[in-house]
Amino acid sequence: MHEETVYEALDHAHGGEGQWAFGTGFDEPLAGVDTTVPAGIDPADLGAYCLMLGDDALVLCQRLTQWVTAAPELEEEVALANCGLDLLGQARLLLARAGSVGVLGRSRALATDSIPDEDALAYFRDADEFRNSLLVEAPNGDFGQTVVRLLVASTWRLALFARLRGSRDPVLAAIAAKGVPELTYHRDHAARWVLRLGDGTPESHRRTQAGVDAVWPLLADLFTATDVETRLTAAGVAVDPADVRDEVRDVLTTVLERATLTVPGWPEEQPSRGRAGRHGPELTALLADLQGLAREHPAATW
Amino acid sequence: MSAPTLDRPAAPDEAALQAQFDATIAADHRIEPRDWMPEAYRSGLVRQIAQHAHSEIIGMQPEGDWLLAAPSLRRKAILLAKVQDEAGHGMYLYSAAETLGADRADLTDKLIERKQKYSSIFNYPTLTYADVGVIGWLVDGAAICNQVPLCRSSYGPYARAMIRVCKEESFHQRQGYELLMTMMRGTDAQRAMVQDAVDRWWAPSLMMFGPPDDDSPNSAQSMKWGVKRHSNDELRQRFVDMTVPQAEVLGVTLPDPELALDPATGRYRFGAIDWTEFKQVIAGKGPCNDERIARRRAARDDNAWVTEAATAYAGKHSR
Repeated sequence: MHEETVYEALDHAHGGEGQWAFGTGFDEPLAGVDTTVPAGIDPADLGAYCLMLGDDALVLCQRLTQWVTAAPELEEEVALANCGLDLLGQARLLLARAGSVGVLGRSRALATDSIPDEDALAYFRDADEFRNSLLVEAPNGDFGQTVVRLLVASTWRLALFARLRGSRDPVLAAIAAKGVPELTYHRDHAARWVLRLGDGTPESHRRTQAGVDAVWPLLADLFTATDVETRLTAAGVAVDPADVRDEVRDVLTTVLERATLTVPGWPEEQPSRGRAGRHGPELTALLADLQGLAREHPAATW
Repeated sequence: MSAPTLDRPAAPDEAALQAQFDATIAADHRIEPRDWMPEAYRSGLVRQIAQHAHSEIIGMQPEGDWLLAAPSLRRKAILLAKVQDEAGHGMYLYSAAETLGADRADLTDKLIERKQKYSSIFNYPTLTYADVGVIGWLVDGAAICNQVPLCRSSYGPYARAMIRVCKEESFHQRQGYELLMTMMRGTDAQRAMVQDAVDRWWAPSLMMFGPPDDDSPNSAQSMKWGVKRHSNDELRQRFVDMTVPQAEVLGVTLPDPELALDPATGRYRFGAIDWTEFKQVIAGKGPCNDERIARRRAARDDNAWVTEAATAYAGKHSR
């Protein structure tokens, strides 16, 4: 490469061309996908379901991002940021889908018109309007607990997404098809760490077992369908979370046993608190970080 | 490397090796890891590449501080990808240093023990989101001016790493500029944020090119060896000439009353730089030096058990 060529490119006055920032040459994930809501589907249900899946991704992205500049190795900074970026991409598509079918909650009362739906939903809803599971909002804990949570979350989400590829909603199906290879990587990455840490040193074993014990009760929040999920499952749009329970349990049991860790007893399942908007103070704190700047300047464009 | 062994012919003597090295440099060819090189060339390169790698890694922090708070999901994605790129640059550069016999963990220890330096620019805080844009535009812009010539560095692995680094930095610079453009088209508060960030980052960006040529102890030898291609002042001037028109398009004022086009040369004259501040920041007395190092120390020490576990696991399962 000639240095002069690079300088030439940089010397060029870049006025007014707002399109660089998202790069070029990326595939538009929803290109060619029919975005019409399929017949017989209540758009309010579809939007609510997209919020559940989108909020899971957004909140977990925020948690993983907390490791950037704090991870054990540079490779891990990149890997966790990469998982976060994948989830952020999923969140953006899902929140935009919710917005496009008119599910915006109270966000539009606060966000100005120039703010796109995905940002109105991410930045201008309060905690009680978030529909993420309690699993993803729990604090990271140490690296061991972080990879255990990532293993559980990615195993669960991969099981859901693999089935959602056949959703009657073409948008959900396309988002799921894009997400499956990403989540397969996340699950693999997390599983490899759980093996290393569970079967590493006595200290790493102890810490990772503590991580398992801390994360395990949160499984209770994942497998009971809400009314929205029940209706959409009947309509061929959503997946009943109870249908992925066995797969999730099998995968987690296999990995933990191979990692010489003890698999705790399955927690007593309950109607999801997170899906009902009943969150802990951790989510409020997480949202304060996420939303503070955007809310300070509601008329700004970024 | 030059020790004779039984199954190989005796190594040529040092004078011949030196002559061959000098000829490679004179012909503007590349020195590769297995080639003989003078010890001072090797150790100087390790110092420079490590400093560069440390700068990438420490440089993740000022912008990383906005990752959780980026004001739109699109900006969050851009910033996350950028910070990830910086980690990647650090990794290529540490790998380049490892081809010279250095060890990444050892270099990291030296960073944390403050035995090796990183770019002084990363010791300034990022006070508003406009800082993210200004870092992309000015700091990455200055870095590109410094680094593009390194794509022709005489040391092959460094030169090759820099080609990729420069391509990505160039992308980051455009993203930073695009953020600032968007903010300048936004609210009065956003425009004020951009101007304030430019006011704070302009002088430190000029300092990124290092001390003036008459006070740059390592420059002469680096130039002779083809590790460095242009003097600090030359690169600084190039950066100013490139940036002033961009500032005009953006609609911000660069905070230097003496900044003016010299009609005779077609280049911009600019005011004196406060080298006292530069020296203080380099000496560890900048606003964020302690915080930056503390973060790396915590990442290493708090997670030492993870690295130990991975090593133990590899030991158990490689047999």
